Amino acid sequence: MSKALLYDNTICIGCKQCEVACAGQNKLPYDDTIAAEERQSGHKLTVVLTRGDKFMRRLCMNCQEPTCASVCPVGALQKTAAGPVTYDAGKCMGCRYCMVACPFGVPKYEWNKLVPKVQKCTMCPDRVAKGQQTACAEICPTGATKFGERDDLINEALQRIRDNPGKYVNHIYGLNEVGGTSVLLLSSVPFETFGYRNDLSTDPLPMLTFRVLSRIPDFVPLGGMLLGGVWWITHRREEVAAAEGRGHEAETDEQKGRKQ
Amino acid sequence: MKIKFSFWKLVFLFLMAAGFYATVIRFTKGLGASTHLSDQFPWGIWISFDVLCGVMLAAGGFTLTAAVHILNIKRMHSIVRPTILTAFLGYVLVCVALMYDLGKPYNIWHPLIMRNPHSVMFEVAYCVMLYTTVLALEFSPIVLERFNLRKPIKVIRGILIPLVICGVILSTLHQSSLGSLYLIIPEKLHPFWYSPLLPVFFFISAIAVGLAMTIFESSMSARHFGRQLELPILQELGRVLVVVLSVYGILRFEDLLNRGVLRLAFQPGYEMYLFWLEVALGVILPLLLLSQRKIRVSPGGLYLAAVLVVLGFITNRMNVSITGFERSAATHYFPKWTELSVTGMIIAAGFALFGLAVKYLPIFPEEHAVERPLQAGAGPVAATAVLGHAGD
Repeated sequence: MSKALLYDNTICIGCKQCEVACAGQNKLPYDDTIAAEERQSGHKLTVVLTRGDKFMRRLCMNCQEPTCASVCPVGALQKTAAGPVTYDAGKCMGCRYCMVACPFGVPKYEWNKLVPKVQKCTMCPDRVAKGQQTACAEICPTGATKFGERDDLINEALQRIRDNPGKYVNHIYGLNEVGGTSVLLLSSVPFETFGYRNDLSTDPLPMLTFRVLSRIPDFVPLGGMLLGGVWWITHRREEVAAAEGRGHEAETDEQKGRKQ
Repeated sequence: MKIKFSFWKLVFLFLMAAGFYATVIRFTKGLGASTHLSDQFPWGIWISFDVLCGVMLAAGGFTLTAAVHILNIKRMHSIVRPTILTAFLGYVLVCVALMYDLGKPYNIWHPLIMRNPHSVMFEVAYCVMLYTTVLALEFSPIVLERFNLRKPIKVIRGILIPLVICGVILSTLHQSSLGSLYLIIPEKLHPFWYSPLLPVFFFISAIAVGLAMTIFESSMSARHFGRQLELPILQELGRVLVVVLSVYGILRFEDLLNRGVLRLAFQPGYEMYLFWLEVALGVILPLLLLSQRKIRVSPGGLYLAAVLVVLGFITNRMNVSITGFERSAATHYFPKWTELSVTGMIIAAGFALFGLAVKYLPIFPEEHAVERPLQAGAGPVAATAVLGHAGD
């Protein structure tokens, strides 16, 4: 049901039209200087990397179970059923936990603004909601970036690898990484060449913290009862001592304690 | 004495002026101009020191209220008030620091209504907010007493035990959760510091630092406010500290061993040195010192051990939040002068507010403070006034 992007770097010609379309869609500036920048930033949400004669896009992976959405204390980042992971700047308070937590290092910050936003590709949620493709997929002249149903794209990627033995690294990046992502990548050279981590778990990361957090509802009443119980026992001891006629003794104990 | 006083006054004025200037830059030019933070390194010293260490250093509040009110250890009563003062100031200053660090500080109230229970940050936000309220209530009798308002004191006294219990639970939750914040980045944090036990480590070390800070703060008070030193209490805290530190040390190394990263501790490198610095300062040296009876009972020995523990765990928090990240971020972070000035100003404000509170509020139980050198030893503490202090 959810939409995704498939990028194949054997088809990409490095024309950077996706960068141009992305800037236009997100109302960000774009010129030759920005075109030369080889990293994502507060004003560049997707980037085509060049390594020799190979290219590779970097953009938000729009994870199936996004770490950023899980860590955001105010729910400014949300995974939509259609696929995009959206951002609501009005909710954001700027704690930047999403930037710390993202396994792909995607969210960027507008450091030089007084009212800064987190910036990342959000997979054109407005266009996707209207049934259109993302801006980058629409403009791509060679079909290197393709928009479609995630399941269909996975099948197509598998087919391409099967049909062209030796052409691809035998791995669809994003199929299982951190539980799967809405951006799928095919490459003819190892993904690490372009800074993609090969050590990511296939389990979604949010479980790592939720395992701990989900114990809180049990911990609070139990802890309260335990502490209340200890309080009751320690004070009851004193009362019993007093009632058994050792009141004087207990009091001297107490005074002794104070004077120590 | 006079020269020393003026010296510290000058230091204070300097820190305040620099902090004020940095504040102006932060709020007129933004985070980019006022920090060395970047997309590669989004959390700096304001989170590492001001928030993580700030909350940790204020842990004496819940440790001591639990000991006195829940465990009913009455002889520690006389140091509850200064400890609550330290904790309350600590949390207030953490909140102040957050206003600098948040990109949009005026949205700080958003977690109140925009809830995401899957977020550790959300839980920390709620607990810190609630616990600051609890501390304000625990602290309020001291202010109310000053103005002789008996009725509200009675009310606070009536709800004191539930209040203390809430405080202990909230503290347990967020002290550990500051560690849980980092559970979600197994691939980014250096294996010295990433551990599934992070929340446990943060909690146990908070107790250790809470005890150490109480010793530190009592010793400082004895020195600077002419107070008698509550030596028997501090000796007892020192004994408990040995136990807590031993538990922490054993768990820490067992965890390294289980995860198979202990060998890294013997491969020279930037992280290795800082790891050993943290462990030596916070665990090994204090344990060596405190295991000697002669040192454990002496005011100077206790003071030294407490300072080491505090420094060691400050190093620990900085390692978790800065050192441990530098490799994966492929960059070095060193705070900009503006970041340091703001932190310096906040620390200075903490000391100054503590001094003011001691001057104008009934923080210490007995009124007739006597000027005495630190080595005066274990004189009986005139704690007769304790009974008169209703609410704490």
